[in-house]
Amino acid sequence: MRVFAVAEHRLGEINPVSLELLNFANKIKGDGTSEAVIVGDDVRALSSVLAGCADKVWALSGSQLEHYNPESHADVLLQLFEKEPPDLVLLGNTSQGCELAPLLAVRLRCPIVTDVVGASVEGGLIVSRYIYQGKLMVDLKLNRTPCVLTVRQGVFKEGIELRGEVTELRLTPSKPLRRRFSRIIEPEEGEIDVSKAEVIVAVGRGAAPSLKLAEKLASLLNGAVAGSRPVIDSGLLAKDRQVGISGKTVKPKVYLALGISGAFQHVMGMKDSELIIAVNKDPQAPIFNVAHYGVIADVQELLPKLLSKVEERRK
Amino acid sequence: MRVFVLVKHAPSPESTLRVGADGKSVDPVCLTYDINDWDKYAVEEAVRLKEKYGGEVVAVSVGVNCDATLKKCLAMGVDRAVKVPVEAGFDPYQTAEAIVDVLRGERFDIVISGFMSQDTNNALVGVLAAAMLDLPFATAVVELSVEGDEVRAVREIEGGYREEVFLQLPCLVTVQSGINEPRYVSIMGIKAARSKELREHVVKLRGPSVFVERIYVPPTRRAEILKGSMPEVAEKLVELIGSKGVI
Ligand SMILES: Cc1cc2nc3c(=O)[nH]c(=O)nc-3n(C[C@H](O)[C@H](O)[C@H](O)COP(=O)(O)OP(=O)(O)OC[C@H]3O[C@@H](n4cnc5c(N)ncnc54)[C@H](O)[C@@H]3O)c2cc1C
Ligand SMILES: Nc1ncnc2c1ncn2[C@@H]1O[C@H](COP(=O)(O)O)[C@@H](O)[C@H]1O
Repeated sequence: MRVFAVAEHRLGEINPVSLELLNFANKIKGDGTSEAVIVGDDVRALSSVLAGCADKVWALSGSQLEHYNPESHADVLLQLFEKEPPDLVLLGNTSQGCELAPLLAVRLRCPIVTDVVGASVEGGLIVSRYIYQGKLMVDLKLNRTPCVLTVRQGVFKEGIELRGEVTELRLTPSKPLRRRFSRIIEPEEGEIDVSKAEVIVAVGRGAAPSLKLAEKLASLLNGAVAGSRPVIDSGLLAKDRQVGISGKTVKPKVYLALGISGAFQHVMGMKDSELIIAVNKDPQAPIFNVAHYGVIADVQELLPKLLSKVEERRK
Repeated sequence: MRVFVLVKHAPSPESTLRVGADGKSVDPVCLTYDINDWDKYAVEEAVRLKEKYGGEVVAVSVGVNCDATLKKCLAMGVDRAVKVPVEAGFDPYQTAEAIVDVLRGERFDIVISGFMSQDTNNALVGVLAAAMLDLPFATAVVELSVEGDEVRAVREIEGGYREEVFLQLPCLVTVQSGINEPRYVSIMGIKAARSKELREHVVKLRGPSVFVERIYVPPTRRAEILKGSMPEVAEKLVELIGSKGVI
């Protein structure tokens, strides 16, 4: 198979998911090729990073390609695919990939599957993904090529070394753009930086009623309270306390996940913590797949007991 | 301003989830359905646009049993609803095609969809529809306003960063949770909804492009589950936390 991996970069750095896409491509290409594509105003330097994991690299550059824009990026990618037809197009399951992939799929008139975490090619292409926020999995069969897939970050970390040749093409979008990039807005910084805390007591939707107790526990442990997205969305905690892909990435010594289901968007922000303890009343909760220790219990019942034990011990 | 909002009547991930006897489905007996969580934000945003700029809000839902969700939208302030009575199953293309079939017969300025379905987690239908209709679009939008003949959209990207973009009208946006606080359905809203139009739009689906081979419980389980009475468990937790030298 001829597998193309659309790379991503921001502020002059390749998103690591781009290399993972190439690892994935090398795994399933068979006697075909893994080919990286990178789009930007000047992407020569970044191309060489990709070349280390690809059979070939396509650097699509042009003055109108400086900022990511799904319209201009899809346009030049389609110009390439017209001449170099893909069997499979891979993108990261990222804020960019989630826009570009379906647009490419419609233009290529081909099937698409998002957030893929596994694949096999014997007897046709079958891909695996989670559904119901990580509680179940599905294997999906794709009957025709080309196909477009977005691939979850952090899954295909191991790969082989290659030395692909870089081909640079200067391209301009063929149509006027109707979406205009304006600016990137930096995150607002609050009083404390949760990514520096040694202990994090993380409050999920299931522990929102116990927020006060969680705050007390965090201060007893000289740690910080953080939250999952619904807790931040509902205004209970400030935005800079959100852990996950659209919030902060944290690696504390202890991460106590209270009433958090363990959706991948949350897990990506805390999975590298030294000790992860999860409390959840649902034994099926996916958080137990990342936690080192789990307690199946109601947070409202356990937390007061835990607080008094910690107080005892500190005396 | 005419705004279309796409809503799904979706099973909740909080339902008891059991794999069906065929190994290719989720046992429907245990599923509880409601408006897809992300779509509440979409409806709220659409109704707010109408309240600010005037015009009409229309909700579209694809599904045989989506009436309850459409009625909820009408009670939240949507003016009329269109139901496409087909079951598109796992393939987002089929859902998008059904929606596009409705939209082709209508005039609109903005189409709003949720970021993703709470059951399939595809995050596809909105953008697929935009691409089929050749509309400019932005996903994961957390701020939306109309400025002249453009829409200003702030979209969420990774790590707490956001990106501001401008879209020419007509356009499509998918909204992220937290963009607003969806209103509750009021008694007055429910009363008003009774006299609003809910019409069916019949389409023929073209057949799927992806096929379910198997549905199953994910294999890994890493955590060691602590057992015992509450005080015993609390004691063990203190030991564990203490072992990291933080108490
Ligand atoms: C593009 C995108 C970006 C995202 N970014 C982030 C992000 O950065 N961070 C983030 O956290 N999420 C993010 N999300 C949302 C994510 O997908 C989940 O929706 C979210 O993490 C769920 O939060 P939760 O676990 O607190 O709530 P839920 O999923 O509602 O889970 C609540 C849990 O609490 C348990 N529970 C309920 N009551 C109790 C009780 N009394 N005692 C014990 N347990 C109880 C339930 O069993 C359940 O497991 C993002 C989603 C998208 C699509
Ligand atoms: N059956 C449906 N009917 C109407 N809108 C839908 C349907 N399925 C998905 N959508 C819309 O598309 C968004 C993304 O869904 P999905 O691609 O299934 O993750 C949802 O938030 C809805 O706004």
